Amino acid sequence: MNQSANVLELQDLTVSRGGVRILEIPSFALRENEFVSLIGPNGAGKSTLLLAIMGLIQSESGSVWHRGVEIQSDASRLAFRRKIAMVLQEPLLFDSTVYENVASGLKIRGVGRAETRDRVLHYLERFKLSDLARRSARKLSGGEARRVSLARAFAVEPEIIFFDEPFANLDAPTRQSLTEDMDRIIRDQGIAAILVTHDQSEALRLSSRVVVLNGGKVVQDGSPAAVMNAPVNEFVANFVGMETILEGVVLSNLELQMAVRVGEHEIDAIGSPLQGEAVYCCIRPENVTVSLRDPAHTTSARNVFPARIVEIASLGPFLRLRLDCGFPLTSFVTRESFATLGLSQGTRVYASFKATSVHPIGKRGG
Amino acid sequence: MDLILEGLVKAFQLLASLDPEVLGIAMLSLKVSGLATLVSLVIGIGCGTLIALTRFPGKKVLVSLVNTGMGLPPVVVGLFVSILLWRNGPLGFMELLYTPAAIIIAQSVIATPIVMGITIAAMQQLPASLRLQILALGATRTQLVWMLIKEARLPLMAGVMAGFGGVISEVGASIMVGGNVKGYTRVLTTATVMETGRGNFDIAIALSLILLLFCFVINYILTHIQQRERPR
Repeated sequence: MNQSANVLELQDLTVSRGGVRILEIPSFALRENEFVSLIGPNGAGKSTLLLAIMGLIQSESGSVWHRGVEIQSDASRLAFRRKIAMVLQEPLLFDSTVYENVASGLKIRGVGRAETRDRVLHYLERFKLSDLARRSARKLSGGEARRVSLARAFAVEPEIIFFDEPFANLDAPTRQSLTEDMDRIIRDQGIAAILVTHDQSEALRLSSRVVVLNGGKVVQDGSPAAVMNAPVNEFVANFVGMETILEGVVLSNLELQMAVRVGEHEIDAIGSPLQGEAVYCCIRPENVTVSLRDPAHTTSARNVFPARIVEIASLGPFLRLRLDCGFPLTSFVTRESFATLGLSQGTRVYASFKATSVHPIGKRGG
Repeated sequence: MDLILEGLVKAFQLLASLDPEVLGIAMLSLKVSGLATLVSLVIGIGCGTLIALTRFPGKKVLVSLVNTGMGLPPVVVGLFVSILLWRNGPLGFMELLYTPAAIIIAQSVIATPIVMGITIAAMQQLPASLRLQILALGATRTQLVWMLIKEARLPLMAGVMAGFGGVISEVGASIMVGGNVKGYTRVLTTATVMETGRGNFDIAIALSLILLLFCFVINYILTHIQQRERPR
């Protein structure tokens, strides 16, 4: 194993609390410049993983490696911790000025006064905080406080940065502008990052890799597209918000070309589950096309179903349609096509999607 | 009614003329109670921080004991410190009974649990994740403790004020271990008791006014501290 290619590496890391194992990571590596999103439900072990890497909670067993060197002594653990910055969910600012807050990590590290000043001023500027430098941290808005906590983390110029849901409870515009600032600096400086988030669009937008945790274990680790479009099991499929999950039974499978019975309908899909197996068919809403006329002769899509629009919801730039085809199906349409087609609740339409857009997942014990 | 009015007028005359005896008593009170508070601050903040930041069996019992100690009756403290310092007592050889040092010892015993109790509460009121955040910033154990004390400085100051307020206004222990010796161990409270007993209401009122002034200043600072906002 070439450990030096990785900024960070874990082996057989386990954490237990009260006799219950809450984290079990056989191996995990973070490469240079990599941005990993860590997703999973509450209690999945996401924060525990970050704290265990930093040595802030006792791990039961396992080893942590930094650039190919194992962290063993207390001194090396402290030195390692000083290569990492961590932004927690709450800003947790100190009861002093904005300037002092941003300087705090540098003071802890014993960075000289002149350099501290230069760096603090630089990061205040980057996070648009220069005007607030002398302000007391007690008198900041929620968004400003997050900016300060981000500036404090980046000011130490870490090799690795951890974000534990740093933008929870913020309004959308603030969240977006903070995410952009954060992303820009991370890319500029080539910092490796791990982001714990509940927001899939955030994970999709920011990360080069998505790791799904559940019950303290990694259940999927791959590119965002792989995780979102090809969830490895029902849990991940539900968690990443695949809008349509249909239960069915495989009628036939010829060289991965499957026919799946869903209620009274038959859906064509591509996958490995064999004839007779119970499966979930996952269909992402952006892959479902809606038209007014039967597109059977004009589309290569293998699945075409007459449907009725039962619900319309607005999702920013597009609309989410819930369709009834005899089975439920969700589709995203742009506002433009929604208007062109003159759609409304109750409109009869045709829903079509390709066999390759159907991701079949074998049911557990099915 | 005349008694009170006459007393008040004479009291203000005493204060305005900076009567050396009254001033001396006030200064001794400040010195003795100030030093006792200082002692309680070192022990109380030190031990309180240690108790708040560590986990050990029996912690709840210990914290309850400290909290009980916050309401220690001064006469009980006076009694035990007297026994300790009594000529034939365990510390009798130090010959401290009826000296200002004896009052300082007794008042330290009264103030220490107050400061310690408030320190424990102040430390435990800091968000638990703040400790993680400080360590995540790369702090050593010592830096962590120092930064937490700095974060809790306002409630800690309240503890100091409460300790000082408690001892400067207590009379039982001071009179028992100090003996109210004129010009030596006579403090505001013991002098007030004595002058009232003698019917010298003017002096007693003057002394009380000084005591009230001290109490007001303490409470003004406390109120100011309590009304500050917390950082996010």
